[in-house]
Amino acid sequence: MEEPLAARGAILRAAIGIGLYAMAFGASFGAIAVASGLTLSQTMMLSLVMFTGASQFAFVGVVASAGSPFAAVPAALLLGVRNAFYGVPISEIVHPRGLARLWTAHFVIDETTAMAISQETPRARRFAFWITGLILLCLWQLGTLAGALVGRAVDPTAIGLDAAAPAVFLALLWPMLRRAEARWVALGGAAVALVLIPMAPPGIPVVAAAGVAVVGGLLPIRNPAEQIPDRNRT
Amino acid sequence: MSPLWMAIIFAAVGCYLLKLAGVSLPESILNHPKVQRVAQLLPIAMLSALVVVELFDGGGRYSLDWRTLAGVAAGVIALLLRRGFLVVFLIAISVTALLRLIG
Repeated sequence: MEEPLAARGAILRAAIGIGLYAMAFGASFGAIAVASGLTLSQTMMLSLVMFTGASQFAFVGVVASAGSPFAAVPAALLLGVRNAFYGVPISEIVHPRGLARLWTAHFVIDETTAMAISQETPRARRFAFWITGLILLCLWQLGTLAGALVGRAVDPTAIGLDAAAPAVFLALLWPMLRRAEARWVALGGAAVALVLIPMAPPGIPVVAAAGVAVVGGLLPIRNPAEQIPDRNRT
Repeated sequence: MSPLWMAIIFAAVGCYLLKLAGVSLPESILNHPKVQRVAQLLPIAMLSALVVVELFDGGGRYSLDWRTLAGVAAGVIALLLRRGFLVVFLIAISVTALLRLIG
């Protein structure tokens, strides 16, 4: 028997909080998708199979404005590239083997990555990844369905939800920023994105920030005591 | 099949394959200490970049809604006061909502 995970309740509550704001954005996505000319089943297909919000919004945005729907494919893919990068830390946390990679991959998105890396023990990281992924998958579908059927009932920005995502990611990064190295990497990533916003296509500013992590990770460790002690490694 | 359906399937399957590629590195590479160090720093750099994009990107040009920024700043103050995740989250959205309501 494993002993109970002390942080389980807090992780679950945080995952539900994230799921609820995602549901509101899912509703907004469903409404926009239908208004852009997608059918209900096309809209649900995007939320079920694509299951990565930024790519979905980009896809319907281009469909609504461009002549050919194929112009929307590269826009969605470009915003999906960052999930490939998140796969590396998620692999280090979840260690999916063989076929388990097939379903683990589906859950690799901003929110699950942020929730997983923010926890203190390997077990808590795995639990945070899965519970956030499952709750988000369910509530994202529910939100999309509601928005597609009802239309734009509530504007998420009117209830302040545009502040939710940046606040959530900052709060989840916060405990890691105690280390000087992590603070430099965070600042570097933020600076790269800020510079690239007006000149690079959507999706690239976040992916380019990965370069800062690669440089930071390959530099020699100045102070080995700064490495996170990996407690209860299982 | 309509062009729209084809585009949806290409884009959805493509996004899934990108995620799959990310979790497909062999254990021998993942066990390398330098890879583990980069893996630890990757989400820190990228999620910080994401925060910046969400606050300052208005579709390929800079734009800023001071009410969103004020809400997130209130959240940061809550973080400095060592408040928990849900408190930070609720403060950020309620400050933004309140400012939007009154101005």
